[in-house]
Amino acid sequence: MQLSFTPEQDAFRLEVRQWLQNHVPQTRLPSFDTEAGFALHREWERTLAKGNFGMVTWPKDYGGRGLNLIEWLIFEEEYYRAGAPGRVNQNGIFLLGPTLMEFGTDAQKARFLPAMASGDEIWAQAWSEPQAGSDLAAVATTAVRDGDHYVLNGHKIWSSRAVFADWAFVLVRTEAGSQRHKGLSLVLMDLKIEGVTVNPIPQIDGEAGFAEIFLENARVPVANRLGDEGQGWHVCMATAGFERGLMLRSPARYQEAARKLSALYLEHQDRLDPAIGRDVAQAWMNAQAYALSIYSTACRLQAGGSIGAEASCNKIFWSEMDIALHQTALAILGPYAELAEPMANNHDWLGGYLFSLAGPIYAGSNEIQRNIIAERVLGMPRG
Amino acid sequence: MDFAFAEEQRAIAEVVSSLLTDQCTGADLRRLMDSGQTHDAARWNALMELGLSGILVPEDKGGLGLSETDFVLVARACGHAALPEPLVEQAGVVIPLLAALDHPRAEEWLQKALAGEAVIALAHPVNPFVCGAENADALLLVQDGQLHLVARNQVQMDTHASIDPFRRLSTVTATLTAETVVAEASVCAPLLAQTLERATVFAAAQCLGLAERSVELAVAYANERTQFGKPIGTYQAVKHLLATAQVKIEFARPVIYAAAAEIGANNALSRARASHAKLAAVEAASLAARTSIQVHGAMGYSWEVDVHFLLKRGLALGGSWGDETFHRARVLACALSSPAADSGFAFTASKDTLAHAA
Repeated sequence: MQLSFTPEQDAFRLEVRQWLQNHVPQTRLPSFDTEAGFALHREWERTLAKGNFGMVTWPKDYGGRGLNLIEWLIFEEEYYRAGAPGRVNQNGIFLLGPTLMEFGTDAQKARFLPAMASGDEIWAQAWSEPQAGSDLAAVATTAVRDGDHYVLNGHKIWSSRAVFADWAFVLVRTEAGSQRHKGLSLVLMDLKIEGVTVNPIPQIDGEAGFAEIFLENARVPVANRLGDEGQGWHVCMATAGFERGLMLRSPARYQEAARKLSALYLEHQDRLDPAIGRDVAQAWMNAQAYALSIYSTACRLQAGGSIGAEASCNKIFWSEMDIALHQTALAILGPYAELAEPMANNHDWLGGYLFSLAGPIYAGSNEIQRNIIAERVLGMPRG
Repeated sequence: MDFAFAEEQRAIAEVVSSLLTDQCTGADLRRLMDSGQTHDAARWNALMELGLSGILVPEDKGGLGLSETDFVLVARACGHAALPEPLVEQAGVVIPLLAALDHPRAEEWLQKALAGEAVIALAHPVNPFVCGAENADALLLVQDGQLHLVARNQVQMDTHASIDPFRRLSTVTATLTAETVVAEASVCAPLLAQTLERATVFAAAQCLGLAERSVELAVAYANERTQFGKPIGTYQAVKHLLATAQVKIEFARPVIYAAAAEIGANNALSRARASHAKLAAVEAASLAARTSIQVHGAMGYSWEVDVHFLLKRGLALGGSWGDETFHRARVLACALSSPAADSGFAFTASKDTLAHAA
């Protein structure tokens, strides 16, 4: 056990810190769930790409930096420390990118990865349907072969970023009459083609962070199928592993939030019940525990281990920690908490709180995660 | 950066663990409880024969010269078995303190303790009681900042029962003189502080073991016990209780291991880490024990199953070596110390890096 960084890792941290100091926008960008904000965040993705700081975990062959997991954690710490904008490209970086690398053909990789890395094409995920949420295998959207195209019909929903995104990776049923996990395929679809209608759905914060997508005879080239026909469930589970595991929620995000919470507490301490200090300390501990756990997992993975059902523990922990942390901030703010826009230069705790409420729902609800822990970590019988 | 234990570190814990699987079963605990004793001499001798008493003692003092990281998994194994005998307290806490004293009488008792011929109890100022003083051959006492070492027959004690059948709590008084001093105040204070850090981390490791055992017992029972025609473990209400306890365990574990590895840093972050480790582990042990009782149903509220041993040990360790109030205050102080700087990260980069960036 050796819990310190190498000189090379320290040097990398410094490089990242200095680059970010020179490039992070001075003022906070508008939300990427607004049209103007989306465009500005796309510009930021292009800036990152130019500095080769966009897809740091991708292999060099695909335009990344080939960072190992420890270096990625260092990068993330510096990224959040610098207050850099959120990643509008998150679906591409962490979900579709790795999935394409694993399952894509050479032609697909050449066509899609560079544009994903440069920020020129932003991706949305189109898996859920009104009747297929936690029970994803109930997907009913059909894709019928017509020459060298699939003809898609169906209704996708809860697609994050889909309102302004360029492309979506869509889970469809390619085998007529197939049931459950069988007969599904994953296809890459241009959201601007005929037969695709994207309707924004206002989220709890009023912004159109997700959308529903209506597919009416939308034609997608067969060449855009990712993986073999009928292999869709397998591909999706690999992607979901990326989503629940290390990549979606880096510890730095919470450590930075806990640091801001400490500062907020100090600022208001004079008028606060000292008991709130307990929650501030708990937030600090939770963020530390999450970071230590992720560092520990990263070390294990680098030594050749794999991540399995324990990723479900991570998902429960970060989502619950995020809510508790923001609740504490709102308790400190007291009568100021309800202001729809934060006071000048203040952190948007209210927005963060509302967003945290989505945590236990997306990427597999926490109820599903608890089933996974019970059955696959603890070895309890399936119901 | 490497979070993994070495093979030898796992092997040491495995030796202890397998001895305890044989000699510290629920039936063994019950037999000892029925006898009214708190220690089993045969098991203690077997543990002493493993040669771990000097694990944290430098080699030139007759020990193995190993570190807290080498012992933390042993402490976890002791918690897992709810071991009554004071292996953790002796090898992990008192003996390293004795070894750090530069005094002939301390040296004499150190050699006896290393040989398994004597048990020494410590009246640390953070604890209102001395646990196990009755069974000790000598005691370390603090008065006016000085550390004294006295034989058992030189002290008077008032002893109380603990809810844990294998712990007895004493308040100790003795006539202390210049002859009984083994460390002056200036030497004693940092040693007691260091001892507290070790005791805190090893109490946390024991609680981790307790928590893991509580969940194991509950899972085994839930998979076997049938109601409404199927094992109760198939019901989501039961699964989710245990999954919640497991999450607590998973996020206490790396904190405890990091706390053991960082103890030598002896700075505000390492102390906050030790406190965090204990808070998280005590909470995990408490939730896991309560959950296990719930899953066992009426059986869980009885002495029929072993869960009550785990609950009681967790309760005892929760208040020892700094209670919740003490450790939360240390964590909060660290969290608020310099929120504008780099204190938010789990590990710090080298000072040179940060200085350069500034």
